[in-house]
Formats: sequence, structure tokens, C-alpha cells
Amino acid sequence: MTLLITVFAAIITSIIWYKKAPDNTMRIGTLSLMYIGASLMWSVDAIFEYAELGADFFRPELSDMLNDAYLGLCVVAFGLVIWMVSLVIKDPRGIIKKNATR
Amino acid sequence: MACFLVPGTEAIVTTIVTAVVKKKENDIKRKVEEGTISVSETKGHDFSRKLGWLNKMLWGGSVLLAFEHVWHGEVSPVFPFLTAVKEGETLGMLQEMGTAGVGMAVLVTLAWVGMVIVTNALEKKGAESVEKDSAKANN
Repeated sequence: MTLLITVFAAIITSIIWYKKAPDNTMRIGTLSLMYIGASLMWSVDAIFEYAELGADFFRPELSDMLNDAYLGLCVVAFGLVIWMVSLVIKDPRGIIKKNATR
Repeated sequence: MACFLVPGTEAIVTTIVTAVVKKKENDIKRKVEEGTISVSETKGHDFSRKLGWLNKMLWGGSVLLAFEHVWHGEVSPVFPFLTAVKEGETLGMLQEMGTAGVGMAVLVTLAWVGMVIVTNALEKKGAESVEKDSAKANN
């Protein structure tokens, strides 16, 4: 579930980035690349788990699935927090700087 | 256990490489502005931008994976930080880093190589069509 939720986050952010391109003022590309990287890494984890568990990999316990979904949502939220902090630091539209110097 | 450390280490190396490449590209830009070299000689000198994609994928992925490891109690805030080391499972941890960790780093790098190949091909195609258009306009 963590992998699935992160993959969906990567797809959604990539679509938003593509729709807005070439304008990347809000640095959606960075967020998209972060989720793509995490999705690829968890895919490797999933392959190793599948090699170990076989078909049981696709039949997780409900409690495990819920915990993984909860983790997936937290991962997406954590990614958004990192993106927001980078946005505040870089301040691409200069709004924070403008307000600070007012 | 600690698989995220492998792509994390790669991220440190690629970040340093990006900084070096960017410095060289800035030197070339300065030379163009000074007129020491021509613009045509700067062709293909935006590699730092493309390296930035790899950095973002590696850093982002490693940080989010580290978060997952904290969630599962595999990373602790006290020394030695890794639960596997504390519980004497260092060999298993190293084995996992050598298989899953290296696999993660390789897959992300291969994805980036694919992105660069596609982008280079599109850039080349775009440049060729611009050249054709300007040749037509001249005729």
C-alpha cells in the first residue's frame, strides 16, 4: 500500500507538472521527482519481498494493509512538508522577501 | 534495515559532482559573455540541470525511505542509530544493503539515464527542426 500510494502521488504530481510546464515556479517538478525516486526504491523492496513470499505478497493481512496505507499517507504528507520548506527557503515568487522588507 | 543508506550515499556523491559540473558551466558562460569562446562551443553544457533530476530522485527517495525505517523502528535517535547494529544483526543489514540498497541505487540511476537519453533526443530533434526552418526562411 505504501508503494501504491506513493506511485499515485508521483503520477498526480507529474501530471500537474506537465500541465504547468514550462512554468515550474512552484517547483512541482521537485516534488514529482521525489515521489518518483521513492516509488522506484520501494519497487525494488517489493520485488525482493515478492521473491521471498511468492503469491502471499498479494494477500496481506488487513491490519498490515491498514498500517501500510497509514504509512503511505504519512510519507506523502512528509514529502509535501519537505517541498513546502524548500519552497519557503527558495521563495521563487519573492513573496516572503517582499513581505519581510515591507 | 538500512537499504536507504546506499542511494543516500550516491546522492552525496552526485551532489558534489553536480556542484563541480555547475562551476565549470558557469566558467563557460562567463567566457561566452566575455567573448572568449563562441556560443556554438557551449553545446551540451547544461548537464548540471540534468544531474539535478538524479539528485532530487536520490535525496527525495532516501529521505522518504528513512522516514519509513523510523516508522518501523529500524532507525533510532540514539547511537548507533541502526537497530540492526544494536541487536547484532550487522551482517544481515550489510547483506540487505548490498542487494536491495544497491538495486535501488541502480534502478533510480537507470531511470535517470533513460530520462537523459529521451531529453537529449528531443533536444536534438528540436534543434534540427529549428535549423531546417531557418534554412527554409533563408531560401
